[in-house]
Amino acid sequence: MHNLLLFLGKYRSFFVFLFLEAVSVGLVATSYSYQGSLVVNTVNDFTGGILETLSNVSGYFALKKENELLVEENATLRSNCPEAFLITDTNTVYVDTLYRFIPAHVVYLTLNKSSNYFMINKGKRHGIKKESGVISTTGIAGIVIGVSDNYALVLSLLNPHFAVSARLKKYGTLVSVLWDGEDYRYGKMIDIPSHLELSVGDTLVTTGYSTVFPEGMLVGFVEEYQPAPEKEFAEGKIRFATDFKTLQDVYVVDHLKKAEMEKLMEEAND
Amino acid sequence: MINSLKNTLLFVTLIILQVWVFNNISLWGFMTPYLFLYIVLKVRVDIGHTTLLFIGFFTGLILDIFQNTLGMQAAATTALAFVRPYTLNLFFKTSDFQPKERPSLNRFKFGGFLKYVVVAVFVHHTVLFFLEAFTFHHFFQTLEKAFFNTLFTSSGIFVIEMLTQKKEK
Repeated sequence: MHNLLLFLGKYRSFFVFLFLEAVSVGLVATSYSYQGSLVVNTVNDFTGGILETLSNVSGYFALKKENELLVEENATLRSNCPEAFLITDTNTVYVDTLYRFIPAHVVYLTLNKSSNYFMINKGKRHGIKKESGVISTTGIAGIVIGVSDNYALVLSLLNPHFAVSARLKKYGTLVSVLWDGEDYRYGKMIDIPSHLELSVGDTLVTTGYSTVFPEGMLVGFVEEYQPAPEKEFAEGKIRFATDFKTLQDVYVVDHLKKAEMEKLMEEAND
Repeated sequence: MINSLKNTLLFVTLIILQVWVFNNISLWGFMTPYLFLYIVLKVRVDIGHTTLLFIGFFTGLILDIFQNTLGMQAAATTALAFVRPYTLNLFFKTSDFQPKERPSLNRFKFGGFLKYVVVAVFVHHTVLFFLEAFTFHHFFQTLEKAFFNTLFTSSGIFVIEMLTQKKEK
């Protein structure tokens, strides 16, 4: 026992080192997996507050660009208003509202990590729920994985844990879109039936099969595609519709019939 | 008293700058200067090894909390703190140091300070990049990233060192 204590005392710093490393790596491991990040990630209101203040200041430098984007979006929305059409169709059937969009502001964002996240300044208090989709003014951006009272943490599209199925608008075919960790502008699409002929600029949109994103939201555009006729499926490179570098204003998608749909699923499974 | 105030100020400033400014720099998509390491690099030479480890761990952890990378920076900065005394012994004689001395460009001269900073930062970056990748699959690619990033961070640390040295004269 005495010898053991002497031994421990002599190499104390080494054991402290091992202990601290074990703690850190343990923390990394628990927060690493997608499931783990759902459970472990407690979004901290304190750091969230500080980050928001900092982002408020740095946000001024990007106001011009941001305004341009918002103006563009307004123009698109206006062109969809009934007033924009000469003849108003009187036979329009109004259905129940299916989605509600909650505007939020990005207060923290990473681009160049292996797994990227961003934080937004809306939380439980504003009706944000876990596993809701987040879209930017130009396309889809991520999925909420943690919520506190005033903030929410979003798993960015720039994350190997995030694969989204998308539809090639030209053919209506489903493909999988994921991020290969290289560049924040580009992603990968896989499972493309190899008989399809794609050209640069072809559009990929969301399917609407899940409750996360509404149907037809922009995912990205084909950037590079080489058909592989010898194989069953081909791969390609896409450019994301969302520019993560300038991401500031986003909308959280709240699917209003989600509970009903999930209940139906559960009943069917029982 | 004035010294500890100065240290606290340096600590807070570097952490804020790291979170707000440096983390947003990404040269060629991956190079980010981790200049907060200056805090750990400048700790007194005669400090206890265990104390240094804890300083490293908590400095990293504070950054992790802001970055949502729980554990990553903590692990890397602890590793830096662990190798720091060995790095100093490797390049310098311990008897040369005065009590309470901090590693500095003035005393170590350009070459000495360069070796010290590059080795220590490289250890930090290697741990950080491998933890970030969480795989040894792209072993050399990750190591290459760590190496080039080390050059970037080290240059930044030299700039800070030169800026603060001028004031002290």
